[in-house]
Amino acid sequence: MSFLVINQVSMGFGPPEARREVLSGVDLSVEQGEIIAIVGYSGAGKSTLLHLVSGLLKPDTGSVRLDGRIIEGPGPDRGVVFQNYSLLPWMTVAENIRLAVDSVFPGWTEAQRAEQVDRHIHLVNLTPARDRRPGELSGGMRQRVSVARALAMDPQILLLDEPLGALDALTRGTLQDEISRICRASGKTVVLITNDPDEGILMADRIIPLSAGPGATLGPSFPVVLDPTRDRRALNHDPHFKELRAEVVAWLLGPGARPAVSVSRKLILPDLEPEDLEIPKPLIGGRRRPRRRSEERRETVDLNP
Amino acid sequence: MKKIHWESVVMPLVGIALTLLAWQMISGRTVTRSLADGTVEEVKLGWVQDLPGPVQTWEKTRKYVVEPFAKREELDQGILRFTWYSLVIVAKGYAIALVLGTPMGFLLGLSATFSKMFDPIIQVLRPVSPLAWMPLGVVLFANAGKSANELAALFTIAVCAMWPTVLNTAVGVRAIPQDYLNVARVLKLSRTQTLFRIMIPATLPYMFTGYRLSLGIAWLVIVAVEMLTGRIGIGNFLWNEYNNGLYTSIVLCIVTIGLVGFSLDRAMSLLERRFKSIL
Repeated sequence: MSFLVINQVSMGFGPPEARREVLSGVDLSVEQGEIIAIVGYSGAGKSTLLHLVSGLLKPDTGSVRLDGRIIEGPGPDRGVVFQNYSLLPWMTVAENIRLAVDSVFPGWTEAQRAEQVDRHIHLVNLTPARDRRPGELSGGMRQRVSVARALAMDPQILLLDEPLGALDALTRGTLQDEISRICRASGKTVVLITNDPDEGILMADRIIPLSAGPGATLGPSFPVVLDPTRDRRALNHDPHFKELRAEVVAWLLGPGARPAVSVSRKLILPDLEPEDLEIPKPLIGGRRRPRRRSEERRETVDLNP
Repeated sequence: MKKIHWESVVMPLVGIALTLLAWQMISGRTVTRSLADGTVEEVKLGWVQDLPGPVQTWEKTRKYVVEPFAKREELDQGILRFTWYSLVIVAKGYAIALVLGTPMGFLLGLSATFSKMFDPIIQVLRPVSPLAWMPLGVVLFANAGKSANELAALFTIAVCAMWPTVLNTAVGVRAIPQDYLNVARVLKLSRTQTLFRIMIPATLPYMFTGYRLSLGIAWLVIVAVEMLTGRIGIGNFLWNEYNNGLYTSIVLCIVTIGLVGFSLDRAMSLLERRFKSIL
């Protein structure tokens, strides 16, 4: 049995009368030490899927098992790197990581904990920024702190929720390489959520597209057969990379996976009626003005092929 | 040395000068003139005849200002000595307000049920004037003997000053980003740890806004409290001087109360800004 197994999971939000199905019938299995990327549209339910694994959400139907045990709630065996970093702004870099270490390893001595904190700050190359607060760091640095915090918990699986979504393209490139290197070096199982197929191919062993919601579901797995030390400059010309990207993008744009596109617009009809001079002039208020009748109609055009 | 922006110093001074001028112009003054038959008559002149002008105020109240800590008699003390008595009682009442208000705010912010149960009551009690609470305080602590007056005063200050702290803390707790709570859940922090390491730091800026507003109210209440209880302090001094017909002292008291309130607010807002800058 695989390390992480998601079995026929469905999930929806909202009250029964206005329910919005986000995920339906999602199946996934991930082997130990594997790095997988889930690629999909914004708002398709990628983060929801990840939070089912982290335990912050519970599935409506189906089950999520990690190492054979059903996930009942959040826990430090699953390190989460949140989309918006989620660092505590009143603590320094070291204190943020220390909070995680303290709560996960209560039995450790002071020296062991300090060593764990320092080692992980060093791992993400932030030793000079050790005593700074998140507010004084750039977006890329904050995300590295977040990665260090997740790794310092020594989790069984690392969950990255669009870790680079808020960064500019260049920082993003550098950080992809860096996080990729750290993840591979740690030998941990990694689930990466992203909206960028290139990023998925670059960082993962296997890339799985998620169709657009409502009722999103996972597509086929595309194994990435590339040299693990991927050089992003050479990669642009690699035929396998190009082919893989084309396949993933084609699946995402294909029938069933694409978000339903429709355009709604308000149509406003002319709102003046000609003045009726037959009607006698009232005593007060003068002649009645031409009647205005604003008529609005909403028209929705379905643009799907 | 940091260069002081001259406008931020000079402009308020100009404003103060203009206000003093306008005050002097509208205030009344008393002139004595001898009549034809040899008697002397005192005549009040000016728009607002009973309002003492700034010059007159200064001349009549000098002794309270130049020896601010003097204690000549029980009811004849330096202005800052009176202020000090008031500040001590305000500090006590304010401390009670914070100690009661902060946890109450946390409960309101954390529990929707608690909030639904008690929010209406709080909204009803909040606008009640200190003048209305005071007699109740006196009745409640009537049997406390010597300290009855002080307890009634503390009760009034605490019960009036508590609400901004309660409400702002509650808002702050509700405004804690879900992300921080998610971190706490992923790290499996205990309830106590979540409270002290995540919730309280995240709420601090809101709490301090509440503390600042509460301090303002506590200082506002003290005058009313001292008038009614007769405790020695600046409000009591004001009341006595009113009864003695010494209107210049009233003006002095008003100015002092205003300046003290302003300084307290400034001090609190510095603290508040310090916490806001972190978040």
